[in-house]
Amino acid sequence: MPAFSDLDNRSARRPWLVVVAAVAVAVLVVAPVLVVFGQAVSAGTAEAGRLLFRPRTAELLGNTLLLVVLTVPVTVLLGCGAAWLVERTTLPAAGLWRTLLLAPLAIPAFVSSYAWTSVLPSVHGLGGAVFVTSLAYYPFVFLPAAALLRALDQGHLDAARSLGLSGLGTMLRVVVPLQRPAVAGGALLVALHLLAEFGVLQMMQYPTFTTAILQQFAVGFSNAAGSLLAAVLVLLCLGFLAIEVPLRGRARIARLGPGAGLRPVAHRLGGWTVPALGAVAVLAGLSVLVPAVIVLRWLVRAADSGVIEAGPLLAATGSSIGLAVLAGLAATLAALPGAWLLHRYPSRLAVGLERVTYVASALPGVVIGLALVTLAVQWARPVYQTAALAVAAYTVLFLPRAMVAWRSGLAAAPTELVEASRSLGVSGSGTFTRVVLPLVLPSALTGFVLVFLATVTELTATLLLAPTGTETLATAFWSASDELDYVASAPYAAAMIALSAPLTLLLRRHILDQR
Amino acid sequence: MRRRTFLTGLGALGTVGLVGCGSKSKDEYVADPGSLQVYSAQHENLTKAWAAAFTAATGIKVQVRKGGDSSMGHQLVAEGAASPADVFLTENSPAMTLVERNKLLAPLEDATRRQVPPELTPSSKAWTAIAARSTVLVYNPSKLPKAELPKSLLDLAAPQWKDRWACAPGGADFQAIVAGMLAGQGEQKTKDWLGGLKSNARALQNNIATMKAVNAGEIPCGVIYHYYWYRDQAGTKEGSGNTALHYFRNRDPGAFVSLSGGAVLAGSKKPAEARKFLAYITSPAGQKVLVDSQSMEYAVGTGVASAPALPPLATLQAPPVDPFTLNSDKVTTLMTDAGIL
Repeated sequence: MPAFSDLDNRSARRPWLVVVAAVAVAVLVVAPVLVVFGQAVSAGTAEAGRLLFRPRTAELLGNTLLLVVLTVPVTVLLGCGAAWLVERTTLPAAGLWRTLLLAPLAIPAFVSSYAWTSVLPSVHGLGGAVFVTSLAYYPFVFLPAAALLRALDQGHLDAARSLGLSGLGTMLRVVVPLQRPAVAGGALLVALHLLAEFGVLQMMQYPTFTTAILQQFAVGFSNAAGSLLAAVLVLLCLGFLAIEVPLRGRARIARLGPGAGLRPVAHRLGGWTVPALGAVAVLAGLSVLVPAVIVLRWLVRAADSGVIEAGPLLAATGSSIGLAVLAGLAATLAALPGAWLLHRYPSRLAVGLERVTYVASALPGVVIGLALVTLAVQWARPVYQTAALAVAAYTVLFLPRAMVAWRSGLAAAPTELVEASRSLGVSGSGTFTRVVLPLVLPSALTGFVLVFLATVTELTATLLLAPTGTETLATAFWSASDELDYVASAPYAAAMIALSAPLTLLLRRHILDQR
Repeated sequence: MRRRTFLTGLGALGTVGLVGCGSKSKDEYVADPGSLQVYSAQHENLTKAWAAAFTAATGIKVQVRKGGDSSMGHQLVAEGAASPADVFLTENSPAMTLVERNKLLAPLEDATRRQVPPELTPSSKAWTAIAARSTVLVYNPSKLPKAELPKSLLDLAAPQWKDRWACAPGGADFQAIVAGMLAGQGEQKTKDWLGGLKSNARALQNNIATMKAVNAGEIPCGVIYHYYWYRDQAGTKEGSGNTALHYFRNRDPGAFVSLSGGAVLAGSKKPAEARKFLAYITSPAGQKVLVDSQSMEYAVGTGVASAPALPPLATLQAPPVDPFTLNSDKVTTLMTDAGIL
């Protein structure tokens, strides 16, 4: 990448309208964080100190960190181990296992938690929380690890072996460094999800910062105590983001020069085939099949006892889809200026704007929800309790998904094509619609779908922001399952799984495209 | 090929989206200015039954915003005079007194006030009781023999009750019970008891989870409101079949009866319709809707009998607590200081 100073020379030609749009999006994204801190100090420093430095905060901090410290290594082990078995060995039916091991992403964590507690009520506390979250979140590690292992160049491994490294040595010196950034990214995602998790931990009766913030909201709406806890949570998120950077490592392993990349040679399992099959079967069974079968069983019972009311179920499905379509469109549009700027006019400003969106989106839905409620009540009353506010929250939360998709799409539309189009006399906007858009549309759609699916299963921000009279699949499921009414919640759980299932197939493509 | 797949996907999603949006009328996404806006922390089924019966009787449309007692009370305070709410219904009185103290309630009509016994309306005449619920101890006789039952709710703070009882301290129901204790026993006794709760009790997410944990034998007993148990008994008994209820009586803090409140907001844009709604739900017809709704809460209308399964309200020997002075903010502070919230 050229130095920024060179690039900044081009900034003279930066289209100011795009810059303004990108900055506006960044401001929208940062505003909730500022509100949380403002609200937190509004009580005055003495009161803030009294609320912050008390045994309960230490207890919540301990609980939250313990959960992260135990769950993240488990997900890394499960994710990397499963990825290696599926992509680099002679494991039979690898395609089936790849799909099944990604499928937990289609089952919201609070739904699988509901499935487990409904049959094993004694599963609760720290053990239950680690069990359910590990099974729900290991795909965040499996996905990037599998994609990278699949893209692995056998040439690297052969070279390492020819230079005298053992099989294990090759693994440690070549494969692991190559995997490190992706696995660290996956682990970070798991950690951030754990910080934001509400449904699972509430059902498991394991209090963390996020459950305590929602409890404070229940007691006092948007009070200082809740905002203080949220501010601590923000700092925790930033801490994890900072830790992840050195964990990525600085090693660069890349293929230089021309020549064909070699397809990796699969490791022969031989006598280990049966134990390996058993391991992936247990993992897939516990993380996908058992929860899905339990939901199905409750659904059958619901149908038998006639408690499924088509009206409310259809209305909730409609609200979920409606909000998700709006959120998908809003996030995709909001991500475009920043992604375009970064692609065409890379500069410190563009990079900075991109990072800002990542930081704010690492925050739990409850923090964003709380902040937007406060903002709207005080300064934007007309949008209060409207779908617009909920869509704004989803946009803030899921912007990076759209951003990442746009960036990979724009990479497919190199500047040369744009310049060729301009040299043929086509205007700037004409070039965009006739040359760039057709090339980037598939990626933009991926972004739209990712945001859509994330919105369908979003619970905590929706609980705070859903317009009066609007019930989504997630909130309807929650109000029934919160009363431990497993039968009544089953149809909503099943509908969420059905809407989310395409995610699995989409992400499967992401791995397969590596070849 | 790949692009075509995506475009097909987009088409499909777009269609689904359009169908999704089309099947919903626009007014479900925003407060409908044509309907009466009811902020309700009461049970969804009961609120819906009241709203439907009221609309059938008067032709006035009602839109309900669901919420919890405390958060909705604070929400109304945050929204202030510009709140879209016309009517506020609570499960317990502390949230209502919070809104009342912020001078956001319109005075109650005399005719409405006279529909419930005088002891169930506050001296300020700003709101009225619309239903009532009683504190009970649900216990599992196989884990806790009847002879070993505590004599008073206060006993549960003693060391021998460590890890032997459960409650849902995060909920407004339980916080109302603590508010009753604070009013009757004073601050020091309440503080001490909350300290005992922190070390002895298992905190569960709500009353139903508490009852089911006792039923499953996970914990010997739990503090809940009566109607969860009677509702389950009237249905499948799945969550309460192994349990029995213990009433503390004797004016014990554990015999606390909590009043659900109803009021018209001072900032209501439809004050006449709002007053009509409140008059309807406290009328004999409205109270009958409550009794028939299977909510198993006590009816409070004069001359209206509650569900026959319930022991009469007058026999519960509730402590003489003035429900109109219950202070939820003080309770929150005490529970926060005790490390419970």
